[in-house]
Amino acid sequence: MTGADAGFVYVDHPADLAVRAWGRTTGEAFAEAARGLFAAMIDVERVAPAEAMCVRLSADSVELLLVDWLAALVAEKDLSGRVFSQFSVDVRLHVHGAELTASAWGESLDRVRHAPRLEVKGITRLGLSVREEAGRWVARYVADV
Amino acid sequence: MDEFDRLEQVGEVEWLLPQHGRMHVPGRIYADRSTLEQLRREGGEESAWSALRQVKHVASMPGIVSAAIALPDVHPGYGFPIGGVGAFDLADGVAVVGGVGFDINCGVRLLRTPFERARIVREIERVGEDLYQTVPAGLGSSGSLRLSMAEIDRVLEEGAAYVVRRGFGTDADLAYTEEGGRMAGADPAVVSALAKQREFKQVGTLGSGNHYLEVQWVERVIEAEAAAAYGLSEGQVVVAIHTGSRALGHQIGQDSLKELGAASARYGIDLPDQEMVCAPVSSPEGQRYLAAVAAGANCAFANRQVIAHLVRASLERSLGLPADKVETVYDIGHNNAKVETHVVDGVSRRLLVHRKGATRAFGPGREEVPETYRSVGHPILVGGTMGTASYVMCGTARGMERAFGSGIHGAGRALSRKKAAKKYWGADVIATLRRDGIRVWAHDARGAAEEAPGAYKDVDQVVEAAVASGLTRAVARLRPLVVIKG
Repeated sequence: MTGADAGFVYVDHPADLAVRAWGRTTGEAFAEAARGLFAAMIDVERVAPAEAMCVRLSADSVELLLVDWLAALVAEKDLSGRVFSQFSVDVRLHVHGAELTASAWGESLDRVRHAPRLEVKGITRLGLSVREEAGRWVARYVADV
Repeated sequence: MDEFDRLEQVGEVEWLLPQHGRMHVPGRIYADRSTLEQLRREGGEESAWSALRQVKHVASMPGIVSAAIALPDVHPGYGFPIGGVGAFDLADGVAVVGGVGFDINCGVRLLRTPFERARIVREIERVGEDLYQTVPAGLGSSGSLRLSMAEIDRVLEEGAAYVVRRGFGTDADLAYTEEGGRMAGADPAVVSALAKQREFKQVGTLGSGNHYLEVQWVERVIEAEAAAAYGLSEGQVVVAIHTGSRALGHQIGQDSLKELGAASARYGIDLPDQEMVCAPVSSPEGQRYLAAVAAGANCAFANRQVIAHLVRASLERSLGLPADKVETVYDIGHNNAKVETHVVDGVSRRLLVHRKGATRAFGPGREEVPETYRSVGHPILVGGTMGTASYVMCGTARGMERAFGSGIHGAGRALSRKKAAKKYWGADVIATLRRDGIRVWAHDARGAAEEAPGAYKDVDQVVEAAVASGLTRAVARLRPLVVIKG
């Protein structure tokens, strides 16, 4: 992990896309996880945060919440044709699971300007984890590409 | 003890992972030593991705029959390994989402033409450019066929048969498609509205990643009788389409992962890993999943059928080749779960066979094989890499006995996408291939780097192991001329 408070890296995986994302809070780690997802699909630096999408989700565990969050973004890309580059996520953990309220900012996919790359098929449960490590929240997931 | 240290060599390319721990059956791995060494390097004790551990997980699932099988292109997946086969008893067994994956019925269609290689070489620019413009590919591409929600339901239920009825192909295409292009038992009602909405723009699109459209030529016929049955001869030009069920299949997979995650807990199934979520085959959840898989499979059949139609239109434009001269050799998937009849220990049984990155490979005599191919078995379409070769293979009686009639689906990656992107530069890969007479049209140059020939294992070596296993035989080696990538 680098010294940055929040960020993501791609981890070597034999075939698919493995991501490790981290932040000072669970929400920040979730936001970086989403940024890692879109950075694999497009050039996120060229995506203007022009429109916002709001998401509310709950799941039986914080790990499954991460899968639902990323899967919702993948689906939204096809439904609305929008891609996202900025994310603000608030995650609340409770005894029986976790919930989130999030906003994602982006714009309609431009097949030239956004330099489309890999298409993410789905978010797997392989190597899935969300936990606190050395004072930072770290989210790990593998996407099928 | 490391799983690798438990392996016992029982044949030239056959290894036994003896039953231990929670395994109900042994693991049977068909692989050469270099493949095993690669699996050991990337999937040791500390690694989160070990194909061998995934074989062990498959062998630990309730109701598994005979063995958890890995084929010579085995590499780590999620749930099952890629190149993994698991057959389950219908009464005691389970349906596993990770045994099919997100890209339900991803597969290959092979079309044959009456043209020789030289004809394409002369007009390669025109052929490639027209195909590139005609077949939508890459992230965010949309197909020209727009369907209403009611029509999407027809696709889910009837597969390629529906789009053929709409004018996208012929009855002969269906006769040479696995399951006639229409898997029975598909139920559009179990597919979420979200999945259907995501499909709206994607019928007849290629996608990205390792999906491709290639104009190839038959470089070498290896087995004359089967090649003749398939209508293939040396020098002949063929077209291969590799794609799957697109966003609809992906969403079915994502929805099912969640639904069967809950079902696993409800039925108290002790999962070896959270990737192995499942439901009893006979349960309402299991039946619902299989009806959704069949619907997703039909979507993939329909997708390849529409693309085949687009290819015909393109070749007619660029080469004046009449559409009816471009015939389907076969269309077969490599991510599926299907109920099939197999003889186990001398007894004929109905089993749910999962093939994840594995192709059905029914040998001679099976009634599922089109009559004209029945004496040799149906073709297995093995995707190689864009710079090397692809193969047509066929099944054997031994494959029916030992691997539930299954064969390899491709070369398998040797380098991760990350390493490949670091090692290769897309423009260089494309320029090098051009010098070898292979023209690449790619929507994404970095994607071309990740799919560089060197990022994959040597397909010849993988096929050699597949032949040495006795499960399948090589029929013809194909070389690419034109490559269209997403």
